[in-house]
Amino acid sequence: MDLIAQARAAGETPDLDALIQAIPYCRHLGVIARLDTRGVLLELPYAAHLIGNPILPALHGGVIGSLLETAALAQVIYEARTSGLPKPVDISIDYLRSGRARTSFARARIAKQGRRVVNVHAEMWQEDETKPIAALRGHMLVDFSET
Amino acid sequence: MTESPPPWLKLAQGHMNQTAFFAHLKGEVVGFGPGRATMRLPYGPHLVGNPDTGVVHGGVITALLDHTGGAAVMAALKEPMAIATLDLRIDYMKPATPGEAITAEVKCLKVTHEVAFVRGSAYQASADDPVAICTGAFMLMRGIASPLLPAKD
Repeated sequence: MDLIAQARAAGETPDLDALIQAIPYCRHLGVIARLDTRGVLLELPYAAHLIGNPILPALHGGVIGSLLETAALAQVIYEARTSGLPKPVDISIDYLRSGRARTSFARARIAKQGRRVVNVHAEMWQEDETKPIAALRGHMLVDFSET
Repeated sequence: MTESPPPWLKLAQGHMNQTAFFAHLKGEVVGFGPGRATMRLPYGPHLVGNPDTGVVHGGVITALLDHTGGAAVMAALKEPMAIATLDLRIDYMKPATPGEAITAEVKCLKVTHEVAFVRGSAYQASADDPVAICTGAFMLMRGIASPLLPAKD
């Protein structure tokens, strides 16, 4: 993506929220990104269109998977300094608690960075970061060709 | 001996088609039961994960397979109950071709008292050339109100 390439060329960190807002699917969900001292923090405000079970009500498993995968992607772009968007190879998601109708957060960390593939772990929570509602473990192919 | 499907299964199919998030993605149920489900997700600009190429976000495939997996479990149950995804593993075999619909087909392999197991794939032109494959497990929430029972239309 141009945003990443331009920032890299200027020796800067890409604007993570501008990057997320440039991804139509993330905008469709309503994802917001910001940087803090620990890396990229994603926020997903509650919206009725995110519901999978209307009785509980609970967030759709696909929403949870999507936010976790986006957190992993954003953290890899930020921390591994890739020149483009990483490509997911495989992911495994553990659903730990039901996602309630409230704001969610997610962040990821790189467990191992290789030259071509990155192993990344992500967690998603709502009110309490120590009580995650879901966790992701995955691999992504990365490209450093222009960095 | 063939039995006609119970009425709640029809409701289950309708529920899976109308789930808020699935509707938000603009997906549709195209096959339901017994013990399997097929869903179709037409391509749309709202699904794009890479604006340079138009390839859909990986989370789109995850959501489609999760939803289809849940439907396959419902289509394998003998009575209605709420279910919840326990885990889901997805292998992305190749990027989805922009502009083409994605079909997900998931089969429920086993239903135990507590857990149901599924396996399936997402593909475009041919089921033999999948975009992604998945394995998952779902918790069966016996005794907890199913979204189907108070059938609200």
